[in-house]
Amino acid sequence: MHKYKEKAFTAITYTASLFTIMVLFALIYGLFREGLPLFNKVSLTEFIFGIGWYPTNAEPEFGAWTFIIGSFCVTIGALIIGIPLGLGSAIFISEIAGNRLKEIVKPVIELLAGIPSVVYGLFGMSTIAPLIRNWLNLDTGLNIFTASVILGLMIVPIIASMSEDALTNVPKSIREAALALGSTKMECIFRVIIPAAQRGIIGSILLGLGRAIGETMVVLMVAGGSAQIPKSIFDSVRPLTSTIAAEMGETVIGGLHYQSLYALAILLFVLTFAINLITEFFIAKRDKK
Amino acid sequence: MKNRKVLNFCGNGFLSLLAGITILAISIFLVRIFSLGSKVLSREFLFTAPRNCMQEGGIFPALAGTFWLTVISISIVIPLGILTAIFLTNYGKPKWLLNVVQIAIDTLAGTPSIIFGLFGMAVFVNLLAMNVSLISGALTLAILALPLFINSCIEAIKSVPFDFYEASLALGATKRQTITKIVLPTALPNILTGIIVCIGRVAGETAPIMFTAATFYTRHLPEGLKDEVMALPYHIYALMTEGTHPETQVPIAYGTAVVLLLLVLGVSAAAVVIRSSIRRKRKW
Amino acid sequence: MTTKIHFVTPLLMMLFAFNLNAVTKNQITCTGSTTVLPIAQATAEAFMNSHPDINISIRGGGSGVGVAALQNGTTDICNSSRPLKSKEISAAKAKGINPVAYTIANDAISIIVHQGNPLKDISIQQIKDIYTGKIKNWKVLGGPNLPIVVISRDVSSGTYEVFNEKVLAGAKVEGSAQLLASNNAVLSAVSNTPGAIGYVGLGYVNESVKLISVNKIIPSETTVKNGSYMLSRKLYMYTNGKAKGEVANYLGFIQSERGQQIVQEQGFINIR
Repeated sequence: MHKYKEKAFTAITYTASLFTIMVLFALIYGLFREGLPLFNKVSLTEFIFGIGWYPTNAEPEFGAWTFIIGSFCVTIGALIIGIPLGLGSAIFISEIAGNRLKEIVKPVIELLAGIPSVVYGLFGMSTIAPLIRNWLNLDTGLNIFTASVILGLMIVPIIASMSEDALTNVPKSIREAALALGSTKMECIFRVIIPAAQRGIIGSILLGLGRAIGETMVVLMVAGGSAQIPKSIFDSVRPLTSTIAAEMGETVIGGLHYQSLYALAILLFVLTFAINLITEFFIAKRDKK
Repeated sequence: MKNRKVLNFCGNGFLSLLAGITILAISIFLVRIFSLGSKVLSREFLFTAPRNCMQEGGIFPALAGTFWLTVISISIVIPLGILTAIFLTNYGKPKWLLNVVQIAIDTLAGTPSIIFGLFGMAVFVNLLAMNVSLISGALTLAILALPLFINSCIEAIKSVPFDFYEASLALGATKRQTITKIVLPTALPNILTGIIVCIGRVAGETAPIMFTAATFYTRHLPEGLKDEVMALPYHIYALMTEGTHPETQVPIAYGTAVVLLLLVLGVSAAAVVIRSSIRRKRKW
Repeated sequence: MTTKIHFVTPLLMMLFAFNLNAVTKNQITCTGSTTVLPIAQATAEAFMNSHPDINISIRGGGSGVGVAALQNGTTDICNSSRPLKSKEISAAKAKGINPVAYTIANDAISIIVHQGNPLKDISIQQIKDIYTGKIKNWKVLGGPNLPIVVISRDVSSGTYEVFNEKVLAGAKVEGSAQLLASNNAVLSAVSNTPGAIGYVGLGYVNESVKLISVNKIIPSETTVKNGSYMLSRKLYMYTNGKAKGEVANYLGFIQSERGQQIVQEQGFINIR
């Protein structure tokens, strides 16, 4: 009887996980199945480096280069804003702030990491964009700069929370040794603690990077949406994600336009997959230490 | 020597400044949302349907839509996630398969949510002919939440000390009994936190439901799995981009954002409280 | 106590309205053009007031979204701000779908500029030159020395399709144009940007922007109905086959006198 139950239980968990795993692989398979046929018509280099995106024109063009550049610009912008603020806050919380402050701030940061991105988009669209346009007397407030600020703000809690974990995990003995040898607090932080927490910190940055590249709602609402190679940080761009979101509903199943959006999704997927692998590498190595 | 002290002072100031900017920016963000949004909040706003081209009335259908989307997707995720995590932590063989699966899960956990939306639209809406409906959206959200939940379940199960297994097995319990009677109850609080985090995530997602479940306007509450539903995050997006009367609709969008924030933050705050109380109670 | 009841009752409603096996009767779904959105919504509200057992659900996205949904069989009514292309009709027929058009309103694609712009009139050719990037400064048109900010719609927009056909004649919009997803977005961008030019459905034009005449003709009920305004068009709702049952009632209501009055109230032009 017991044996029978054992087997049944094993079988249930086995089926459940097979099912789960199948679903996960189906997603990957589905993307490629729908997207790859595009490359019968359009060469890979044409797709990646082509500049015109006119999917419904009589002579359609499928060049994703402007979207890649768009994604690249807002992501780099977000990192430029997110890294110093996130890291600075993490160091402040773990090394400078007292225990009491830390106990309040740490959970608050974790809460902030859960704010839905559409709320950031709303804030960017109706508060920050008009403000920036008026201040700098621009044509439009929906541009790389605004999108970067909002995305940056969004990834600050992610970077801060994970780096803070990494910093806190640095053994107490190391920092006490450094201080005992007569180094100042800052020397201890920058020469001892940060190098020791290096991997975790890089992991947190990569996580923020992945989040920024994949973010849809913020860029859809705030980046403007011109398919162009930007000349300044105050130009509008159209990242990969917002192209997919903006055009997803209008495609006819199986059509070229439909396939081209899946091809964009593959591109995005490969990008985030690469970032994930690198992140894994950093985090796994840290765990082994 | 003096130089080092100056440097120390500057470094300290610089780090405090960065932290200060962060706190300031986030405070401005939250204060702005809450101050604009709370103006329209009222019982009527929460519990009535939109009226007069969405210029008046409330967000009840959106609230109900988000509620059902979350409930249905989470109830799909919970059993699948826990069973899969049990398999992966306790039964999974061979080793290379485990690694492949772990990579797949981690990859999907980091995959942009719009890709899940694309998949949901192709498979649930079109291929399985579920149309734009509550069930299509809930399934899409479930797939999005599954890898996250599996990972937190694995963490939860791994946090059960090995001694517990050994003690239980030594007392003659079978593996199944050990797992269901010892491991799961011990891991339960952590699993609960995992569930709550998933709820917060699922309730706030827009991209996956844009083309699988969400509608711009309906007056009725969802009555069945085949209904198109309004949802809080999509409502914010739709009001901002497709609205026809910005002067009256932007405040409604802010009001909706406050409701969504209170929901998501409330739920995550519960997770934080549960986790810290576990940490305090834990005796091993 | 009363406040408690006030909160509890709606929450219970939310729980008990739901039934796993419910097949919703009388649900009508409309998908498509953001230009048609205000008409659809206002008429749906009025229609549901008199037919409380019917639930109309309205989604936007753009005419292209509506057409795709009709072809994919995922909507009852496709809102479109342009007639279906013959290619789309044959694609739909290949999938066993037979689009039938119902004209619901007249509209004019209105060319708008910033309030401070002195320009009063523009020709079709000039608009084309601006959108294809040949004219880049307002001074070419006798205006101030100010670069032109070109604001257009995304490719799924029916307004864009009509604009493309009637003005651009197939030429491509220059890359630096901002492609916005809705009439509302174009309106607010133009009202906030001194050098901007954009186009929206007539129902969206308000005092925040300046409406300019095209080839000396201002869009109005008369000029649109007699066709003298070059950029006039009709707004449609498409169904799969001839509309039946409640869908037919709803479409009939929009075309009725009361329905057309609502169309006028929303700023569009009636078809009577």
